[in-house]
Amino acid sequence: MAEPRRTAGANTDGATYAPAGALTITRAATTQREIDGLPDPLTIDLSRVERMDTVGAWILYRTKRDRGAKIVGAGETEASLLEQVSEYDVPSRVRPEQRPALERVLAELGGWVADAGLTFVGLLGFFGSTLIGFGNLIRRPRRFRVNAVVQRFDVVGVRALGIIGLMSFLIGIVVGQQGAVQLEQFGAEVYTINLIGRITVRELGVLMTAIMVAGRSGSAFAAQIGTMKLTEEIDAMRTIGVSPIEALVIPRMTAAVLMMPLLAFWAILMSLLGGGIFVWLELGIPPLTYIQRLQEVIPPTDLWIGLIKAPVFGFIIALAGCFQGMLVEGTSEQVGARTTTAVVQSIFLVIVLDAVFAVFFTSVGWK
Amino acid sequence: MTGAKPIIEVRGLRNSFGEQVVHENLDLSVRRGEILGVVGGSGTGKSVLMRSIIGLQKPDEGEVEVLGENMIDRAEDEAKSIRRRWGILFQNGALFSTLTVAENVEVPIREYFPYLRPPLLDEIASYKIAMTGLPPDAGPKFPSELSGGMTKRAGLARALALDPELLFLDEPTSGLDPIAAAGFDELIRSLQKQLDLTVFLITHDLDSLYAICDRVAVLADHRVIAVGTIPELLALDHPWIQEYFNGPRGRAAEATAEEHGKA
Repeated sequence: MAEPRRTAGANTDGATYAPAGALTITRAATTQREIDGLPDPLTIDLSRVERMDTVGAWILYRTKRDRGAKIVGAGETEASLLEQVSEYDVPSRVRPEQRPALERVLAELGGWVADAGLTFVGLLGFFGSTLIGFGNLIRRPRRFRVNAVVQRFDVVGVRALGIIGLMSFLIGIVVGQQGAVQLEQFGAEVYTINLIGRITVRELGVLMTAIMVAGRSGSAFAAQIGTMKLTEEIDAMRTIGVSPIEALVIPRMTAAVLMMPLLAFWAILMSLLGGGIFVWLELGIPPLTYIQRLQEVIPPTDLWIGLIKAPVFGFIIALAGCFQGMLVEGTSEQVGARTTTAVVQSIFLVIVLDAVFAVFFTSVGWK
Repeated sequence: MTGAKPIIEVRGLRNSFGEQVVHENLDLSVRRGEILGVVGGSGTGKSVLMRSIIGLQKPDEGEVEVLGENMIDRAEDEAKSIRRRWGILFQNGALFSTLTVAENVEVPIREYFPYLRPPLLDEIASYKIAMTGLPPDAGPKFPSELSGGMTKRAGLARALALDPELLFLDEPTSGLDPIAAAGFDELIRSLQKQLDLTVFLITHDLDSLYAICDRVAVLADHRVIAVGTIPELLALDHPWIQEYFNGPRGRAAEATAEEHGKA
């Protein structure tokens, strides 16, 4: 196709614009600029146009609409395209209407508060319906889905052993190393063992496990249930008469509650192992002495504190994960958003509860 | 320009997923300016064929030429000049979820013509939205707020944004009510006439086949077993073709088409 040549002439009676060749989107910006540069009254001569597309036609049409330009010399195709374009002149907004900034900030703030309140109420309601679910299962234990639970044991527990073990081992080393640096200043390196023993058994073992399980399994619960919600699987379940709480939530919750203490115990052992290797290699304390010292400095209540917290954390993680999954509605985007919320919510709740536990156990004398 | 080189030329195409062979030695050519319907049972690889033609699926073997250019193993910036000349409507619309409908339509225009001024751009988007039969209040809506039929129309508006020469439609009328589907058919037909489009139309909708397709390609046994007008296909003695067009639904569609006269 030849390079389009345009002619434009202007005199006192107005201007004539006569594009040649292609009048298409490729030249749309130029065409619009050229037309904008010509004075009224404008006549557009199309007799030399070889090819026109809807964008070209639209530019001509809006010139005619806004400036009353006259269009002459249109062939059959051009005329029908112009007519078709004019038929669809229905202005449409591109972006949703925006309210003033202050109003928007206030509305958003209000939205957050309302959201937080509704989430809390919803979580409470969900907690209640899981309790009812558990109650039903206790009355009819046969409905308990053993296979589903065992499968969750594998996913939540067994498959997490590697990563949780490695993480705890490293934390044991870090606590030992950082503690030793500080305690060395007082010549009290041997107290590194007290530090490692008490902090991992009482706090870090279970807390880090909970964070890892929230990231690994809580998110998976939310994503799985959320996806099932989107594909209407949950609706299908309900219509068949299967309770989603019994089929999906309770197996996950049972698995999380039962696996958390085991994983936490495993994490404690691995942290002590990591710490032990550190003190052996860096401080020259032999393993046997390390174990003896551990037995002396860690009161049995420390282990109880760690292991009592674990199932509660597991419950919270499963609750938040399943609850957020159930809240998914509409688009797949929501699955991502809800999964994120599930992890944030469960880690936050775990830490809040951990603080409550710390105060409680100290005040009952388990120091 | 008719009678010249076909606008799409596929030769000896082979596609497989693991053990499962989808296409084997598949040939197909699409003529400039026609509406080619592609039919076939579920799992015969209609969508895979489209994906191979537009370069989303790398075939195991075979050649694909679109608009006279070889499409296989093309550098990204070379392929871009061809991509500008086609529009694609995916089965589920594939609208960008973080953008409004109007912004979705503007995406291809902005990409290739960054110098267009926003007022003109917004007007073009509005025009495309109106052209595909969407109400004006659909422009500022997000894809999650649209119904199935509106999503398809919005997807079509985006596919038509650059006035393509070649339009790929993957089941455009599936999930639409019959009135909307008939409207959609009519829209495609009139756009095709006005803009001199070539349309590659994957469909299950017999009414669409009768109403708007110039030729129909039938996919079965891993290849295109026949291409032709519907009367030509009916003359063939293939069991699937006979069952497809002569089944109760096929006959009903034929009757409707005869009643209204072919558009």
